Amino acid sequence: MKQHPPKKVRSDLNPSRLLTFKIDDRDVTAHEDETILSVARQNNIIIPTLCHLDGLSERGACRLCIVEVRGSTKLLPACVTFPRQDMEIITNSKRVINYRKKILELLFTERNHVCSVCVANGHCELQNLAVELGVDHVRYPYLYPRHDVDASHSRFCIDHNRCVLCLRCVRVCDEIEGAHTWDIMGRGMTSKVITDLNQPWGTSETCTGCGKCVQVCPTGALTEKGKSVAEMSKRRQFLPYLQMMRGRQGGSWQK
Amino acid sequence: MAKISLATIWLDGCSGCHMSFLDMDERFLDLAGQVDILFSPLVDNKVFPDHVDVTLVEGAVSNDSDKKNIAIIRQQSTIVVAFGDCAITANVPGMRNRYPVEAVLQRAYIENAAPPQQRSNGQPSKEGISFHTVPQLARMARPIHECIPVDFFLPGCPPPPRAILYLLTEILAGRTPQMHGWTRFGA
Amino acid sequence: MTLNIEDLQQIARIEKSKKDGFQHRINVCLAAGCLSCGSGLIKEALEKEVTRRGLDSWCKITGVGCLGLCAEGPLLSLPTSGSYYQGVQVSDVPEILDSLNGSPVARLVCPAETPFFQRQVRIVTENCGRIDPERIEEYIAEDGYAGLYQALTQMTPQEIIDQVSGSGLRGRGGAGYPTGLKWMSMAKAMGSTKFIICNGDEGDPGAFMDRSVLESDPHRVIEGMVIAGYATGANQGFIYVRAEYPLAVKRLRLALSQAERMGMIGNNIFNTSFHFNLQVRLGAGAFVCGEETALIASIEGRMGRPRPRPPFPVEFGLWDHPTMINNVETLANIAPIIRRGSQWFAGIGTEKSKGTKVFALAGKVVNTGLIEIPMGTSLRDIVFAIGGGIPQGGRFKAVQTGGPSGGCIPEQFLDMPVDYDSLAQVGSIMGSGGMIVMDASSCMVDVARFFMEFCMSESCGKCVPCRVGTRQIYDILGKITASRATMAEFTMLEDLCDLIKNTSLCGLGQSAPNPVLTTLKYFRDEYLAHIHDRQCLAGACKKAEEVL
Repeated sequence: MKQHPPKKVRSDLNPSRLLTFKIDDRDVTAHEDETILSVARQNNIIIPTLCHLDGLSERGACRLCIVEVRGSTKLLPACVTFPRQDMEIITNSKRVINYRKKILELLFTERNHVCSVCVANGHCELQNLAVELGVDHVRYPYLYPRHDVDASHSRFCIDHNRCVLCLRCVRVCDEIEGAHTWDIMGRGMTSKVITDLNQPWGTSETCTGCGKCVQVCPTGALTEKGKSVAEMSKRRQFLPYLQMMRGRQGGSWQK
Repeated sequence: MAKISLATIWLDGCSGCHMSFLDMDERFLDLAGQVDILFSPLVDNKVFPDHVDVTLVEGAVSNDSDKKNIAIIRQQSTIVVAFGDCAITANVPGMRNRYPVEAVLQRAYIENAAPPQQRSNGQPSKEGISFHTVPQLARMARPIHECIPVDFFLPGCPPPPRAILYLLTEILAGRTPQMHGWTRFGA
Repeated sequence: MTLNIEDLQQIARIEKSKKDGFQHRINVCLAAGCLSCGSGLIKEALEKEVTRRGLDSWCKITGVGCLGLCAEGPLLSLPTSGSYYQGVQVSDVPEILDSLNGSPVARLVCPAETPFFQRQVRIVTENCGRIDPERIEEYIAEDGYAGLYQALTQMTPQEIIDQVSGSGLRGRGGAGYPTGLKWMSMAKAMGSTKFIICNGDEGDPGAFMDRSVLESDPHRVIEGMVIAGYATGANQGFIYVRAEYPLAVKRLRLALSQAERMGMIGNNIFNTSFHFNLQVRLGAGAFVCGEETALIASIEGRMGRPRPRPPFPVEFGLWDHPTMINNVETLANIAPIIRRGSQWFAGIGTEKSKGTKVFALAGKVVNTGLIEIPMGTSLRDIVFAIGGGIPQGGRFKAVQTGGPSGGCIPEQFLDMPVDYDSLAQVGSIMGSGGMIVMDASSCMVDVARFFMEFCMSESCGKCVPCRVGTRQIYDILGKITASRATMAEFTMLEDLCDLIKNTSLCGLGQSAPNPVLTTLKYFRDEYLAHIHDRQCLAGACKKAEEVL
């Protein structure tokens, strides 16, 4: 997976500038190569995210982290946007909050998210986002697509009904584990994450069985076998550490 | 303070939300002083009253009878609360929506019947499924807000008792309940 | 082999004298449209008949590119007499040859004095239908590669960019970004490796301008690309064409090999120190691959999905190198601008939109086909004068421009000049040049539904608003056309359009609601009639009961 936006290597020859700007009327200082999201988090300003995960490349696809910039009607995804000097960023205007709610509601309608019977109930980022954004019902009609469950792997299971297509599994498998077992096929609503060339996970020859995909999955789509309702909690603390130890920087292996 | 009239009903649900309602325990006594429960599976009235201040609706709209009832409820209630996940998201009843009604019935009442009802040729038969006495299943189980306008949403499977109490207390006080942080889908 | 200007002129001279040596010439359109109704057989029959009669040195049969009036194919043109034949059959061949010295075959004549031919101004398509696209010599005879020679030997890159900027040319792919500015930022971009991409992934339903240009005059695009490479410091180019255009790909590849053999691409072009290599890359026909970042991903061999911009491809493109992407038609304008000067080009068109635009005229209009008109021509002229009006005396209702990202323009704007800014003002876009005319029998909700279905199935699925939102909109439109929708759903429709427009990742997602938004704006009554009165004003939609 390619790293976007590209990270500049900071060096004496290529020093990064310090910028001062505002997030929610608070004065902040940051390097020019830090994203708005990361600066906001350092300053305890919460911007909801779903496809973003510290330690993986950015995708800018879930659109939940959109923020407003004063003087512009364009909304920018905080996870892939770099600040400019004197920029005034608004992370919690009515407008962006409304849009975020609608996007989240669309996600709920897309597949069959039944929290009450889900193994990840209580440990699910999608569920938590609904609480965080105050989504207490979904205004759009549910689409009820038919999706499969692949339980062919000896230890893990994927339930496509609960997948939000954040592609964290694809990224962690490629960028951290280096196996690239996961990928995505299809287009639009018919997109689907697959193992190898769309063959049962249990028959995959590239899967190392490391289980990183399961840990990074925000919902109950990727789970360990043997877990019952609300038992599937996830551990992700290994990720930034692994990334550092494996020397990956700027989206390419440092040789 | 004048008592408000309260109704509760369950459509396509498991009655778990009503159990949670009862789980208010001793707090129920305080509440009883402030509300009149006019209609509920928990009381004896068989006909939905002409006018109710607040109705808690548990369960999804799933068959003919639900559709009829939900329209009556909306007409005769001032405030309608979608009570629990089934009413809000169709939840577990909605899991059948991916399959045609016939397939669902076949699976539930023929294939999984004990002992399985067999025809003489060994194939499972459809006999025994009759809609003369039970309401006809709709193509899909739907959240109630897709059928009628809903005033408040109380998610949870089931919603915790304290959330139910909070909601009712706020309504009693004439305030708009802010459910943020009290409950969630699948709670 | 490297040529100099004398060689070029020599080739042109020989080619011209060869042409003049024939008393008569018959050009047979061999572009995809006419080819599909049998023009290949007609050319064969003509050649056989000429040989049989022993007239080989008297009459020359040439296969040429698009003649424009695709509706009346197969088309023939007789450049010696200036007449056109339409709807030609193989059985007409002897008669056509018989009549060469006399008066033309009356029943086949296609009137050439009509506005369809007279009102057009041909720059991009100047050679379309006049030269054999499979022979580089014919292109050279029409001043081909003279612009490149001039650019490489007499101009600095800056001078070329100045010419392009001065001409006022804007990107013909849809957004209308000034080409000169794009070239300028590409020239300034840091990096020793730079790429130029020609975007021929024409995905709009009903659009076939790029295909026609590539099929009829591929060398023009190649010449434009090499000039662009020289001006911006790029040494490698890619022409990205959809695999659904096999003829265009075939002719393009042929043209590339010819140009390579003559030294128009490769090392030391025209004995200068400039090198440029060109390759054809095929797209698998995903609409989203017309979006530049998705196109880049596709060329790199990754899945064709857009990424957030900035950084723009000009800084960070193909394999992370600065990359400039121009549309086929944009590049086809370059050689004439260099050859004839920016002032000449700037003299055509309106104040902010210069030059001409090629449109693929389709739908409920008499003359469907490919037209090239100066910017600023009114819609009325296009539809009624050039297009010949609505067939069977139908009533004009709307014209859809810009494909699925564009909008429907109603009757009240018929006198509006067609240029980038006017179209944007009424909520549509120039787009790549598809123009679909609709008459009173079209239901605008149904039209919106058609385009939304396209956007839904072509959504790449990367960002949530476009992936799920287009599906929800499509469902609502389906309910409206079936007269089953409520006002709540109508409100939800407007709300979803606003969401997708403002929060989608790429330009295609952001513009996906345009067909709905413009029809909502200009044909709101049709939507409401479906909802309130449960009827379709155009009589095109079936009610739910009737469908079931």
